Amino acid sequence: MSIAEEAPTAPFPHRHLLGIEGLSRSEIVTLLDLSEESAKLGRQVNKKSDDLRGRTLINLFFEASTRTQSSFELAGKRLGADVMNMSIPTSSIQKGETLIDTAVTLNAMRPDLLVVRHRAAGAVELLAQKVDCCVINAGDGSHEHPTQALLDALTIRRHKNRIEGLIVAICGDIQHSRVARSNILLLNTLGARVRVIAPSTLLGAGIERLGVEVYNSMTDGLADADIVMMLRLQRERMVSSLIPSQREYFHFYGLDYDKLACAKPDALIMHPGPMNRGVEIDSNVADDSRSVIREQVEMGVAVRMAVLQALARHLPNR
Amino acid sequence: MPSHGKLLTLVNARLIDPATGLDAFGGLLIEDGVIADLGAHIMEGSVAGAESLDCGGRTVAPGLIDMMVFGGEPGHEHRETLATASRAAAAGGVTTICCMPDTDPVIDDVALVDFILRRARDTALVHVHPMAAMTRELKGEEMAEIGLLQDAGAVAFTNGKSSVANARLMRNVLSYAKDYGALIVHHLEDASLAQEGVMNEGEVATRLGLRGVPAAAETMMLERDIRLVELTGGRYHAGQISCRASLDVIRAAKSRGLPVTCSVSVNHLTLNENDIGPYRTFFKMKPPLRAEDDRQAMVEGVASGDIDVIVSAHDPRGAEGKRRPFAEAADGAAGLETMLGAALRLYHNGEVTLQRLLEAMSTTPARLLGLDSGRMAKGAPADLTLIDLEMPWRVELEQLCSKSKNTPFEGARFEGRALVTFVAGRPVYHYG
Repeated sequence: MSIAEEAPTAPFPHRHLLGIEGLSRSEIVTLLDLSEESAKLGRQVNKKSDDLRGRTLINLFFEASTRTQSSFELAGKRLGADVMNMSIPTSSIQKGETLIDTAVTLNAMRPDLLVVRHRAAGAVELLAQKVDCCVINAGDGSHEHPTQALLDALTIRRHKNRIEGLIVAICGDIQHSRVARSNILLLNTLGARVRVIAPSTLLGAGIERLGVEVYNSMTDGLADADIVMMLRLQRERMVSSLIPSQREYFHFYGLDYDKLACAKPDALIMHPGPMNRGVEIDSNVADDSRSVIREQVEMGVAVRMAVLQALARHLPNR
Repeated sequence: MPSHGKLLTLVNARLIDPATGLDAFGGLLIEDGVIADLGAHIMEGSVAGAESLDCGGRTVAPGLIDMMVFGGEPGHEHRETLATASRAAAAGGVTTICCMPDTDPVIDDVALVDFILRRARDTALVHVHPMAAMTRELKGEEMAEIGLLQDAGAVAFTNGKSSVANARLMRNVLSYAKDYGALIVHHLEDASLAQEGVMNEGEVATRLGLRGVPAAAETMMLERDIRLVELTGGRYHAGQISCRASLDVIRAAKSRGLPVTCSVSVNHLTLNENDIGPYRTFFKMKPPLRAEDDRQAMVEGVASGDIDVIVSAHDPRGAEGKRRPFAEAADGAAGLETMLGAALRLYHNGEVTLQRLLEAMSTTPARLLGLDSGRMAKGAPADLTLIDLEMPWRVELEQLCSKSKNTPFEGARFEGRALVTFVAGRPVYHYG
C-alpha cells in the first residue's frame, strides 16, 4: 500500500485500494460515509455528477466478471469518467505477454484509474507497482476483494446502524474466498465479532489466527448471529474432493430456514453473488424479507463511486 | 428381539467384563434385552419368575464385535449373505459385525446403507453395522458423502480392500471426516510397490517361485497416513497391520498422542507364511501372512495394547475363487466361526491375558465405533457370549455355518469355544 505524498491528513490518504489490509478504522468509515452520499445520488432521477469528467477509467479484467465489472463501469460513468472495459481472460497470456508487459502497455495509454481483477493473488499489487495511475483491486485470486467488503459493511450499517459488536457469521468456502478475507479484515477493524463456518476442508490452515471464531456446524456457528453471510460454492470444490457432493453440502451447510432459526430473528441474510440456489442457500431464504442480497448490489455501485472519488483526489490536477 | 417382560438369569458363571476389569463369579439378570442386574447375588431362584440358565462355572463375557467382515450382500450372495454371515457370527460368539462396503454395488450411498440395515433387520441373527465407502465406488478418486452416510447409519468409513493412493484425497477425507467425528479405517498397501505380489516377500516366496509383497508396502502407507493424521487431526484406524515395522510406527504415533488405532486379523496372530506350504490357497490373503517374527510382533502388540483390535477379516470365497493356482486364486479367509477359538490359543499359550483378548474383540471395537455394547453393566444391551474356555474341538468344514468354507483352520484343534450366544437377551446360538 503506497501512501500519498500529499496531505497526510487527507481523509483517505492512499493512492491505490489494493486491499482492506492496512486501512484504518477512520479510513474505512470515511469511505462508508462517502458511499452514503453516492447512494443518495444513485436514487435520484439525475444520477450523474462530473467529479471525474475528463478522467479515464479502465476496467482490466483477467477473470470473467459480470456484476463487479458492470458495477465499476456504472460507477465511473455516473461520475462522468470515460470508461473502457478490457476483458482479457486468457488472450494476452496465450500470446505470451506477461502481466508486467500488459501493465506497461496500458500505462502508455495514460489512464487515471485502473480497476483490475486477476486470478492470481498478489497480481494487482504487482501491476500497481508498474503504472502511474490509481489502481483498485477488484479481486485477486483468493486474496482480497476490498470493494465487496466495503459494500457489505455499508449494507450492514444501513440496517443495523452500527458494525461494532455485531456477530457476523461468514459461511462456506472460506479458504478460496477473497470476499471472506476482505470481510474478516474489515469487520474486525470495525469491531464486529466474526465467525467462520465451513467444513474443515474449506477453512484454510491457521484461519483462527485471523481473529475469527471457527465452527464446523451451522447450528452452532449461527447461534445469535446478527448477520449471516453466505459464500458461493464453486463446482470445482467437488471435483477436487474438498466436499463430497452438492446435496451433502446443502444438507449440512446450505442456509435453510431450520439453520437460520439459530440466528437472531432479525438477522440479515447476505450473499456476494452470484448465488447457487439449492447449493449454499435455499431459494426461499434467498428471497426472504431479511435478505439484503439485492441491496448489496445497489450499494456496490455506491461504494465504487466513493472509492473512485477518494482515489481521484490524489491525481494531479490539470 | 427383546423378550418383553420375560426374565432370564445366567447363574453360576464367571463374569468377565474388559470394560471394567470385572472377573468374578456370579450371575446376570436379563430383562427386555438389557442387562438389568449382575453380581454374586444373582443365583438360581434369586429372581422370582425368571428362567434360569446354569453356566456351570463357565465364562460369560460381552459378545464379540468383529470390525471387519466382508459380507457378500449385495452382489456376491453366492459366497455369503447377511443371514449366513450372521449365523456364522453367532456360532463364533460374535454378536455384532461390521460389514465392509466391498459389495456390488459398493456401499457408498445412503440408500445402500439403508438397504443393509433393513436386510440385516429382516434376516440377520446378530447386529450388523455397515461401514461405508470413503470414496465413491471405492475408486480412490472422489470423496463419498460421509456426513449423509453417517446419518444413515454407517459406523465408519473405509476404502475396503484398497488403499487410497492419492495423498491429497486422503488428507481431505481425514479432514472432512473429523468434522463429523467419523472414524476412517484404511487398508494399507502401496499398490505400486505390491504390484503383482501374491504372498509375503522373502525366502518362502522365492522357494515357491511366487511374487512377493514386501512388508514395506504396508508400513510406508501407514507412515504416510500417520503424517496426514498429524496434519488433519482425523480419527484413523489402520484396518489391519501385519508386520513388526508397522507395529513400531503405530507405537510411535500413539506416543505422540495422535488419534491412531489399529487392528490385526486373527490369522496374522496365529499363522505365518510357512503355513502356505504346498500352495494352499486358503492361506492367501491381504495383507499376506508374514514371517514368524512378524507374527510374534503382532502377538506382543495385542498383549501390550498397542494393537487395539482383533478382527476375523472374514472373507468368504467359493471354489471359483480358491480352487486355482496360488497366484491366480482369490485373497481372503473365512473367519467368523474360528476367531474366538484361534484367539484363545494366545491365552492358553500364556501370551495374552483373557481380559485383553476379549477387550480387543468387544470393548475396544465398541468404543471405536460408538456402540453401546462391548461391556457388561446395568443398562447395557444383553449381547453376551457363554464361553467354555477349555472345551476341545476340531474345525470341520461341514459344520461351518458360513456359506463359503475357505478357512485356513480346516482340521485345526482348538481349545475353547462359544456355547451360547445372546443377542439383545435372546439366545441365537446353542452349541451342539
